[in-house]
Amino acid sequence: MTPDTTDLVKQLLKGNRRAAARLMTLAESLSPEAHSAIKQLYPHTGKAHIIGITGPPGSGKSTLVDKLIEQFRNQKLKVGVVAVDPSSPFTGGALLGDRIRMNRFASDHDVFIRSMGSRGSLGGLAWATHDIVHILDALGKDIILVETVGAGQAEVDIIQLAETVVLLSVPGLGDDIQTIKAGIMEIGNVFTINKSDLDGADRRYVEIQSALNLGQETKGWQPPIIKVVATTGEGVEELTKAIQDHHSYLVESGEIAQNREQRCSAQLETIVEHSFIRKLFTDPEEQTLFQELVKEVNSRKTDPYTAAEKLILHLIKTPKK
Amino acid sequence: MTEAEQKIRVLIAKPGLDGHDRGAKVVARALRDAGFEVIYTGLRQTPEQVAETALQEDVDVVGLSILSGAHMRLFPEIMKLLKERKMKDVLVIAGGIIPEDDVKPLKKLGIKAIFGPGTPTGEIVEFIRKHTK
Repeated sequence: MTPDTTDLVKQLLKGNRRAAARLMTLAESLSPEAHSAIKQLYPHTGKAHIIGITGPPGSGKSTLVDKLIEQFRNQKLKVGVVAVDPSSPFTGGALLGDRIRMNRFASDHDVFIRSMGSRGSLGGLAWATHDIVHILDALGKDIILVETVGAGQAEVDIIQLAETVVLLSVPGLGDDIQTIKAGIMEIGNVFTINKSDLDGADRRYVEIQSALNLGQETKGWQPPIIKVVATTGEGVEELTKAIQDHHSYLVESGEIAQNREQRCSAQLETIVEHSFIRKLFTDPEEQTLFQELVKEVNSRKTDPYTAAEKLILHLIKTPKK
Repeated sequence: MTEAEQKIRVLIAKPGLDGHDRGAKVVARALRDAGFEVIYTGLRQTPEQVAETALQEDVDVVGLSILSGAHMRLFPEIMKLLKERKMKDVLVIAGGIIPEDDVKPLKKLGIKAIFGPGTPTGEIVEFIRKHTK
C-alpha cells in the first residue's frame, strides 16, 4: 500500500492523529515518501518547545515525563512525547515499555505519545526521531518531550534536537569524578536528581553543584539543580518552572536563534552523512565496488584512506537515478 | 545497517482488571526476539486506552491478553473503538483464558486468532508473519 503523502500531510495539518501516526511509521521506514512528507510539512514546524529528557536506565525518565505531561496539561498546553527504547542488535526487535508510566493520558486527545526503537542508532535517539518531532510540531503540539534511550556517558545526540535538555541523575551513581567527566554532564540545561528521597541525594546535589562551579563561565544561563521524586510528583512543579525559565531565557537573550541554527546545521550534516552511507549500502553497484575495495585493503593492495576516497568520488559521480 | 524496512509493530495490551501479566510478558518477549517492535502497556487498560494506543503507535497487530473472564464485554468495545478510528486493517489476536464457546462469536467480531494456554510462542510469531503486510 502506498499512502498518498500529500493527503496525509493535509490531514495532519488539520490535526488528524491517525495521519500523524501513519506519517511517523513512514518516517521510521526512512523511505523516499517519508522525505517527501517532511518536505511538505517542514514549513509548518518550528513552533513547539522541544524538551529532551535523558539519564541512566532506571533513573525514572518515563515516570518523570508522565508528571511533566500533567504539569503542561494543567497549563492547557498540547503535549507530544517521543520515547526511545533500545532495539536488539541481534534481532532488531524491541520492547518499548515507556508508555506503561504514561497510560493515564492515552485517552486525552491533546497528548500524543509515540514509542520508537533505536534501530541501530547509538547516540540515544533513533534516526527518525527528528522527523517524528517535526510531525508532532506540525500537528500543533506546544510542548514536545523527547525521552532518550537510557544514557550513560556519551549519548548526547539529544542536544541536536532539544532546546532544553533535562539531565536526570539519581543518588548513588559513582563519585564526584564521574560528574566532571566530559560528555553527558556537559549537556544539561536543567539538572534533576530523581529519587531524592533516597540516601545520598544531598551528596549528589553537592557533587553536581561543585562540578558546575568548577566551570569558568558565569555569565548566561546557570543550570539549576532540582530535586524531585517522580513517583509522588514532589518537586515536579519546580522542575517545570525551571524548564520554562530556560526557554524564556533563550528567547529573551536571543540565544534561541543561534541554538536553532546549530541544530539545523547538525541535522543537515547527519542527513548528508546518512544519505551517503545509505546509498553506499543499498545501491548494488556501490556495493560491488565496496566489496572489491574491502578485499584490496585486506590484501594491502591499497589502504583504507585511498579506498574511501575512491568510494566517495564514485558516489558523487554516479548520476542520480 | 540502516536499511529502510517495514518493522512489524505489535501492541500487547491487557484490558480488564485481572493482575496476571506473566503470559503477556512471555509473548512480548518472544515477539521481541522474533524481531518485532513490541509496545507493552502493562496492566488494566480500558478499551479506550487500548484503541488510542494502537492508533498513536500505528501498530500492525493488537494482541489482547485477558484472564478475568470479561472478554465478551471488553473485546467488542475495543473492536468498536478501533473501527471508529478507521483501523480496519489492524490484525487483532487474543490470548488468555477464553472458553471454547466464546471463540466463534469473537472471531465473528473480527478477532483473527485466539491462542489459549500452552500455545508455543513460535506459533504466534508465525501467525503474525503470515497475516501482516
